[in-house]
Amino acid sequence: MSAVADTHAQEHHHGPAKGISRWLLTTNHKDIGTMYLMFSFTMFLLGGTMAMVIRAELFQPGLQIVQPEFFNQMTTMHGLIMVFGAVMPAFVGLANWMLPLMIGAPDMALPRMNNWSFWLLPCAFLILVSTLFMEGGAPNFGWTFYAPLSTTYGPPSTTFFIFAVHIMGISSIMGAINVIATILNLRAPGMTLMKMPLFVWTWLITAFLLIAVMPVLAGVVTMMLMDINFGTSFFDASGGGDPVLFQHVFWFFGHPEVYIMILPAFGAVSHIIPAFSRKPLFGYASMVYAVGAIALLSFIVWAHHMFTVGVPLAGQLFFMYATMLIAVPTGVKVFNWVATMFRGSLTFEAPMLFAVAFVILFTIGGFSGLMLAIAPADFQYHDTYFVVAHFHYVLVPGAIFGIFASAYFWLPKWTGHMYDETLAKTHFWLSFIGMNLAFFPMHFLGLAGMPRRIPDYALQFADFNMVSSIGAFMFGATQLLFLLIVIKCIRGGKEAAAKPWDGAEGLEWTVPSPAPYHTFATPPEVK
Amino acid sequence: MRVHAKRAGALLGGLVFPTWSMADWTMNMTPGVTGTSNDIFSLHMTILWICVVIGVVVFGVMFWSIFAHRKSQGHKPANFHENTMVEILWTIIPFVILVVMAIPATATLVDMYDTTESEVDIKVTGYQWKWQYEYVDQDFGYFSNLATPRDQIENRQDKGENYLLEVDNPLIVPVGKKVRLLLTANDVIHSWWVPEFGVKKDAIPGFINETWFRVDEPGTYRGQCTELCGKDHGFMPVVVEAVPEEEFNTWLAEQKAAAEKERELTQKDWTMDELMARGEKAYQTACAACHQPDGSGAPPAFPALKGSPIATGDMTAHIDIVVNGKAGTAMQAFGNQLSEVDLAAVITYERNAWGNNTGDMVTPKEILDYKNQQ
Repeated sequence: MSAVADTHAQEHHHGPAKGISRWLLTTNHKDIGTMYLMFSFTMFLLGGTMAMVIRAELFQPGLQIVQPEFFNQMTTMHGLIMVFGAVMPAFVGLANWMLPLMIGAPDMALPRMNNWSFWLLPCAFLILVSTLFMEGGAPNFGWTFYAPLSTTYGPPSTTFFIFAVHIMGISSIMGAINVIATILNLRAPGMTLMKMPLFVWTWLITAFLLIAVMPVLAGVVTMMLMDINFGTSFFDASGGGDPVLFQHVFWFFGHPEVYIMILPAFGAVSHIIPAFSRKPLFGYASMVYAVGAIALLSFIVWAHHMFTVGVPLAGQLFFMYATMLIAVPTGVKVFNWVATMFRGSLTFEAPMLFAVAFVILFTIGGFSGLMLAIAPADFQYHDTYFVVAHFHYVLVPGAIFGIFASAYFWLPKWTGHMYDETLAKTHFWLSFIGMNLAFFPMHFLGLAGMPRRIPDYALQFADFNMVSSIGAFMFGATQLLFLLIVIKCIRGGKEAAAKPWDGAEGLEWTVPSPAPYHTFATPPEVK
Repeated sequence: MRVHAKRAGALLGGLVFPTWSMADWTMNMTPGVTGTSNDIFSLHMTILWICVVIGVVVFGVMFWSIFAHRKSQGHKPANFHENTMVEILWTIIPFVILVVMAIPATATLVDMYDTTESEVDIKVTGYQWKWQYEYVDQDFGYFSNLATPRDQIENRQDKGENYLLEVDNPLIVPVGKKVRLLLTANDVIHSWWVPEFGVKKDAIPGFINETWFRVDEPGTYRGQCTELCGKDHGFMPVVVEAVPEEEFNTWLAEQKAAAEKERELTQKDWTMDELMARGEKAYQTACAACHQPDGSGAPPAFPALKGSPIATGDMTAHIDIVVNGKAGTAMQAFGNQLSEVDLAAVITYERNAWGNNTGDMVTPKEILDYKNQQ
């Protein structure tokens, strides 16, 4: 009886609730998507500010601005906030907004859990950021928090850090369950799996990765918690434990995690490049298989982060070969994007600029990844700035440019207005130059022998560090422009058509711009 | 000011002519002085060129499209979206390239893992934040600390040529001999790296890792700790001096004699002033990094010693914490790190410096007795 009444009530449900309760209690995928995106951008600015502190200290040799203790807190918090606070929530935000629109669903499958998984995040990050103000300071052992530095030798705030990781892990797992339930159950009639848009495919695979590895992360921090507070010795050699075990468990989570941060960007770019090339995506099926292959391989390569810990020769060889293998499906994806552009009819609006830069710069990050995979050479690269250059190339122009490309691509759908193209192009070019200036010289620094995570360095590294810092300041300042562009776009601007990009394809462009509060109450038919 | 001007000039020059200006603008890995490091260098160059060639081809096609297939050029889009032949090719070709690359990489790795038939064995122990080198079978060893003065780090003095890459006691090895290192750590994980040797290996508490090198050129080679190990991770360099065999043997004999003499010092009768003088020196190398030169510490991780209950209270408790450390904290057991003389001197110093005027004095003999009781 009540089920009937509920169905009836929904038909009369038109707009959002008023005031703060709209945001606190909302179960609407668009509201929750917006909140995720705003939260992620806030964290991006916060983590970015920490990066500015790091680069300011490294501007010159000698200790100028901060002491080593605080420097280590900055590198740790920068990493944690960017990975768990900026990149992952941004993709969940995009998923919330776009997955239902792309598959013709009225909302996410589990809307109340959706609200809950968002609101856990600000709680987790309040706890994490509050550690900065605790006695002994914030976590200072790097975002990889290797034991025993993080257990026996960690600051008192480590327990709060563990609690924060648990909460964000729960949030991610619930988000992933929601994505899988939505994609597998709520697709419009006629949308078979191999007709799904690639962003949907990549998110489906990402969600499985999340469900597989977030519990592993939870496990490893729980073991830390026991070691710190309850006298166990999982990672304490003097109690019979094994510090290397920590690294195995952490990287079993950590390697799939890096694909969690990049696969959704692969998906988004696979929409944007065809749209602005006015030509269908080349090799749809091979794109899907490549993502699947990357995801599977990501589970058997973790020890390539540990080539110097003394893994036996056979293990070393296995992980080297498996890691090199990842280059094959990744290469297929890059070749497909280039083939999509080939003989298209190209225009270069902001989303396309970010997407093309994504392909080029992510490939450069892929190249350095391939170099790092060569185990003997890794003995020189490992834990130097070469690694810092590598992962910033796959994360900044990879994940973050992917997010910017998506934001510009779908902003007209979200707000109903076109963003300011001139400002957006300025944002792109300044970001592009700043980012390359900041991160490319890090390759040289690493090859010349500069270790990572040091607050001060020998004199031969001085010049490139200064260049890198200048680039970083430029990149950092430029991101405020993005905030301005988005605010401007929300408040007004040219009216956006339902399909503002003439080459764009997909169900999301069949609903008006801005997308009404409730869409696809009746599922569309996909032929 | 002049340094700034020079650096600004270098900045400008480096941006315009990256390879043309001074050595500070090194952009590539350099081949080292061992066979391993040369093998690594050639692997590095091979994979780098493979990446460059693939990059030129892929980005070439891409830029061709960007310039020639623009809508503004009036280019009409084609409509193809798959080609099985091409897709199979660009899966197989990269795979073949990788197999070709894997062969020399495997050979190098097998060689790097071959630690047999070593001629000199040295145990390397990582501490927060120094290295200990022990010559296995020679019954002596020593610590190697950063030698760069605090004033240079804090910018009160001009920085020296080997800023942050200099130590008080470098590791001495003979040239032309296969040196095997046995690495472990006392507290957290460290990593021992000398780029010119192509040797980097983690030093992990509870584990003993092995690695080896053979240097043919005499010289001084510098590296750093490469695993984040706490606050002074950036301040624990590695310096290795490779010397001709004869010189090495003489040095070895001297060191063994000196170690013997140090042991004899324990029996000497020390005065307060002697202990204070020696204690100040030992304090600066062993304790000041955490407890600060003026004993003020950095609470809560590193408590102050000035006016502290330990340093001004019961003497036995003070000896206990210095010799045995305190479990679960960053306070290490110095019992095996410092000689009895240095332990006695440091404890005496801590009890009488910075206004801790207890007037207490402990002699090396008393420390020895304390250790023997345990």
